Amino acid sequence: MQLNLAFRKSLHTGQTRFDLDVALHSSASRIVIRGPSGAGKSMMLKAIAGLVKPDSGHIEVGGETYYTDHARRPIHRPPQARRVGYLFQDYALFPHLNVRQNIGFGLSKRWFNPRKHAADHRVDHWLNALGMSDLAHHYPRELSGGQQQRTALARALVMQPDLLLLDEPFAALDPDLRHVLRDELDRFQQRLGFSMILITHDDEDMRALGGENYLMRAGRLHKMEALT
Amino acid sequence: MLDVHDPAWTALFLSLKVAGWSTAITTVCGVAVGLLLAKGRFPGRDLLDTVLTLPMVLPPTVLGYYLLVLLGRQGPVGQWLQQQWGLNLIFTWQGAVIAASVVAFPLVFKPARAAFESIDDQLEMAAQVLGVSRIAIFWRVTLPLAWRGILAGILLGFARALGEFGATLMVAGSIPGKTQTLSVAVYEAVQAGDDASAMKLVLVISVTCCVILLLATYLAPGRKPAHP
Repeated sequence: MQLNLAFRKSLHTGQTRFDLDVALHSSASRIVIRGPSGAGKSMMLKAIAGLVKPDSGHIEVGGETYYTDHARRPIHRPPQARRVGYLFQDYALFPHLNVRQNIGFGLSKRWFNPRKHAADHRVDHWLNALGMSDLAHHYPRELSGGQQQRTALARALVMQPDLLLLDEPFAALDPDLRHVLRDELDRFQQRLGFSMILITHDDEDMRALGGENYLMRAGRLHKMEALT
Repeated sequence: MLDVHDPAWTALFLSLKVAGWSTAITTVCGVAVGLLLAKGRFPGRDLLDTVLTLPMVLPPTVLGYYLLVLLGRQGPVGQWLQQQWGLNLIFTWQGAVIAASVVAFPLVFKPARAAFESIDDQLEMAAQVLGVSRIAIFWRVTLPLAWRGILAGILLGFARALGEFGATLMVAGSIPGKTQTLSVAVYEAVQAGDDASAMKLVLVISVTCCVILLLATYLAPGRKPAHP
């Protein structure tokens, strides 16, 4: 899928000023961005998801314009109208909902949450695919880090996004588990065909996941040769 | 003691009626203002918070005086109500409701604001990316995570409204069976040297307030819920 983005965003906090100035044109299905914390990686993902509005530029995903500062026809689609999935660093699972309700959260747009035991074949499919069926009625605080991560992944993928954004998805996990979850992610991507942008501060993620590699430093994106 | 025509019961029922209406008003306004102050970014936010917190520190008689100036026959609001609707709030139980609402308001909106601010922003972001509208997010994520804090504030506000004396006396007076609430009745009984009545009234209101405080303590944030 074609990714075409170039945008700027300035942030002022007290005396300090931070400028994000990102350009990325790629048809790679897997993009890995590495960089120190505070380089603007998360803000870039948030802008793509529509959670942060850029100051100027454009964001196009798979031929659809999510944002443009075009003088006559400016567009800023809300996050709800972008076919994007987002995996937050600390998973952002809803603490008052069990695993089943968390995974099914986005499937209903109504004013109330799915019932605790509500059956939905899409949710069941993902519970099975991630080996979480026995934990369906557990709450996030009762889960291990890896189980929370899987729940968050299922919650994003059940919505069938075109593009999955992953914000340091493995940072909080131990090395063995990282390995397992990378493999799972790899498998799901090959089967479902979504594109993904993953940010990390771990070289190992880059080596293991391959794809197109970038380095983010002080709000700017630099293309890197693939690590071997 | 259980004679329904006993003035003590009349006063208690009137107090409960006034506190009930004032709780309904402060709940709706307090949650709205708490949400606005927690999420809104607008100039004058701190000033608004300060002004709305004043009833907590000002003597109730001062508040009562302000209300008289505003709602009285010569007051801007009082004049308007009189001309437009033929309404007069001074020396009515509805006037007592207004007085109790103003006094109890900070006790409701402050905890509501704190409860809304304690919610991780990422949860609402995650819900947006999952395609759920902002209003649905309020009912499905924000309110379920904040309700304990809000409810504790509502109970404190109810207790405060039940015990309101100064502002109520200034605005609504002390007409037995009409505007004489329990706390005003205690004062009148003592002034009249009717110790038996005073003791009965004092016991009734003490027990009522104990029950409410116990409930508020049980619901206060930080306590683990009995079940998920």
